[in-house]
Amino acid sequence: MFEAFATLKRHFAALRSEAEHWSLRYVCADHQQLAMRKRVAEPPRFSRDQGAMLSVRLAGVEAYAATSDLSHQGLQAALERATQMARRIAPQALLDLRELAPSEARGEYLSPGLEQAFPSIAECYQLLAAESAAVPSDPRLVNWRVGLDLTQVEQLYLNNSGAELRQAQRFVYPQLSVTAYDGQDSQTRHLGAAHLGQQGGAEALARLGLIGAAPRVAEQALQLLLAPNTPSGARDLLLMPDQMILQLHESIGHPLELDRILGDERNFAGTSFVTQSDFGRLQYGSSLLNVTFDPDIPEELASYAHDDDGSPASKQYLIRDGLLLRPLGGALSQFRSGLPGVAGSRASSWNRAPIDRMANLNIEPGTHSLEQLVAGIEHGILMASNRSWSIDDARNKFQFGCEWGQLIEHGELRGVVKNPNYRGTSSQFWRSLTAVGDAATREVLGTPHCGKGEPNQVIRVGHATPACVFSQVDVFGGAA
Amino acid sequence: MDNLSQFEALAEWLRGALSAGEEFSLGYSSESSEFIRFNRAKVRQAGQVQQTSLSLQLIRDGRHAELQLSLAGTPREDRQRLADALAQLRQTLPLLPADPYLQFNREAWHSQVLQLEALPDSAALLEQIGQAAGDLDLVGFYAAGPLSRGFASSSGAFGWHQASSFNFDWSLFHANGQAVKAQYAGQNWQPEQFARRLQQAREQLAYLGRPARTLEPGAYRAYLAPAALQEILELLGWGGFSARALADRDSPLQRLHAGEARLSPLLQLHEQVRGALTPGFSSEGYPRRDLELIRAGQPGETLVSARSAAEYGLPANGASPWESPESLTMAGGELAQEDILARLGSGLYIGNLWYLNYSDRPAARITGMTRFASFWVEHGRIQAPLASMRFDDSLYDLLGSQLEALTRERELSLSTSTYRQRHHGSSLLPGALLSRLTLTL
Repeated sequence: MFEAFATLKRHFAALRSEAEHWSLRYVCADHQQLAMRKRVAEPPRFSRDQGAMLSVRLAGVEAYAATSDLSHQGLQAALERATQMARRIAPQALLDLRELAPSEARGEYLSPGLEQAFPSIAECYQLLAAESAAVPSDPRLVNWRVGLDLTQVEQLYLNNSGAELRQAQRFVYPQLSVTAYDGQDSQTRHLGAAHLGQQGGAEALARLGLIGAAPRVAEQALQLLLAPNTPSGARDLLLMPDQMILQLHESIGHPLELDRILGDERNFAGTSFVTQSDFGRLQYGSSLLNVTFDPDIPEELASYAHDDDGSPASKQYLIRDGLLLRPLGGALSQFRSGLPGVAGSRASSWNRAPIDRMANLNIEPGTHSLEQLVAGIEHGILMASNRSWSIDDARNKFQFGCEWGQLIEHGELRGVVKNPNYRGTSSQFWRSLTAVGDAATREVLGTPHCGKGEPNQVIRVGHATPACVFSQVDVFGGAA
Repeated sequence: MDNLSQFEALAEWLRGALSAGEEFSLGYSSESSEFIRFNRAKVRQAGQVQQTSLSLQLIRDGRHAELQLSLAGTPREDRQRLADALAQLRQTLPLLPADPYLQFNREAWHSQVLQLEALPDSAALLEQIGQAAGDLDLVGFYAAGPLSRGFASSSGAFGWHQASSFNFDWSLFHANGQAVKAQYAGQNWQPEQFARRLQQAREQLAYLGRPARTLEPGAYRAYLAPAALQEILELLGWGGFSARALADRDSPLQRLHAGEARLSPLLQLHEQVRGALTPGFSSEGYPRRDLELIRAGQPGETLVSARSAAEYGLPANGASPWESPESLTMAGGELAQEDILARLGSGLYIGNLWYLNYSDRPAARITGMTRFASFWVEHGRIQAPLASMRFDDSLYDLLGSQLEALTRERELSLSTSTYRQRHHGSSLLPGALLSRLTLTL
């Protein structure tokens, strides 16, 4: 671990620059993708992506240069390119950052269980083969795939103010999906939608429920094939955690990103219906809604000690008792806006600059068991496992679809329905939150695929949320 | 050492390092890019990225595995990294079962395209953009520099595609939050062309200052500008033309292929490789060729990757492993640009759509939002900008029974995607007049 760091530190110490501040952020990411499809092993894919970003601040203007040449000469050349860029853009620069203090933090962060070796490739294939073989023989089951992605990242941040941050993390992403087809319709069921991922080692596979899941997932795909379409109309909506995380991500996470609110993302990812003056004033949801930025749940995907600008991460309430308190903005956005924020300035890799991102964005548990949530619904529907998501560029009008639906009548779960969809507007939806599940209903999930930024960046984010109930939501099914 | 020499040297070293019974394919990807973000017509963030990677596939005894690695740009270091990758794959192959769907192209094809042009000096470009934008609220992104893609195999195949390009993708915002989007992309930056495009966007901005019209959910006549149609076709490209998705019953067009649904006879879609800016070879080592995907509304050829070819007994046609179009073209129709508003009559003029997804994938039912330069039109005249609205409709309606006409003129759009690296990719599309679009929210 950290084998390259000593050399990089030596090279960094020897760099010379006329800039007032400069930094180096080195990232080495090793990926391994293994999968079995219909009992046939797919060829494994490995990758090692490594490089460094050199950033400078010259007369208050920042610029960067990223390079995969990690020699002293390569790093020095990148530093000079960044300096030239800062000089070139200075006449048109939007920001003067002379008053923004650079990080002086020093520290180290390791994923839990990192010292334990992950199962070998042969052992992983055995596990995948067992799951793939456990899908029952049924001519309607036309496709299934079991996969395991593993990512290990080592990262080093150094700057000329003395900051030194070392990080080593391992991320585990199990996948399982089964498609059933009856000659006209097809229904696909995933294990936990596409949102299974945690930090850790082999224990994460058991924690996330991959082992032994194939027969159940296959059976659910067949049930969906036989199920009627979801009826249309207003119903109370019970969202399970593997849909709640998508609802949270799209209609709380993105609209609270401070760089969106400041207009940086208007050309691509969009803006926000939230304004700077809403913080401390806007009743975002019902009084049951408590949303946190929480980097302290070890297995969650975006737990860390410092963000990519070197700001120390700590748990913060973004929304407490429904009241909007603070945005998702790193040190730079806090400096620009004068608002409080969180340590969420993150980059997808060495070749992209940090921007405001979600990290671990969670909903705090309430007091209701799952049975109590169901019992409290007179005319409703349970939806689980996201399969479709669409929301406007201000993150307000949304439509989401799930794989799995079950009607709820008079406080009891009834039959399965297929193609469950619902729509609403963020600014009103969270105010219709009427019940929040307890800690036993909460699941720690996340996604490796949150896209944003120009140049584009896809990054991992963690979400932990209980099941929740919303009143009188517009639900509907698929085509007849 | 230039990119081509670097790749040739590494491929040559690899050929010499092979043991008996081993085969390889070697992909190469490199860029030297300048990235500049704008907000309020000022530079928000800027930098440069130099990155190069190899993708090595090693094959032996019907087993294969792939390893992608970053290159440092120094010959000795890069040769060592490639040697380490080869050693890792040699250790891995014995752990794997033979792959029944391995298909390796052993043809010794050659392809080489070099389109390197001088790109504008960014300081001069920034000055020009700043002067032209003036006090406009311009927000956008400029990406420029050379891109290189290469392929080599142990069978002697060799492909090289190297081109420099720029892509400036920007929006102008009115104080009321309405916006118009524009793009200027190519290989030779012409200041007068950029100024003309900016002026066109500025003129549209004037319409956006009027009070926005909020519509009730319901059915409306609509015109989709090429950029809006592109969003629909990008979604359709997600499994719509894939041989694998069709076989796995996961394609949104499976009912079209089963003869249970129909598209408009106006619809002609091609994967057009000749004349496109994309490489003429796939990352799997197959020359790409033109494909007729939809012929007068009827299903045509599908995109077949090497693995699908082996699994389903189809001829590989140079499709990428994910079997999505990379240079999609749609034939134009008879509607003249100047007649669009008159033929629309009263309804929606939609400049762009945004965030499309499936409401019901097997039924090809989709949803999405209006975004950028969308207007309410009455009696052939623009009345007001449109507040963002959600639609939900079947593709078999939008591109089937409800498709009235396609414009004669088509627009070329170059991909702005920069996930992990700058991407090739383009589309050439007309606009589409629809008799009905269903708004839901």
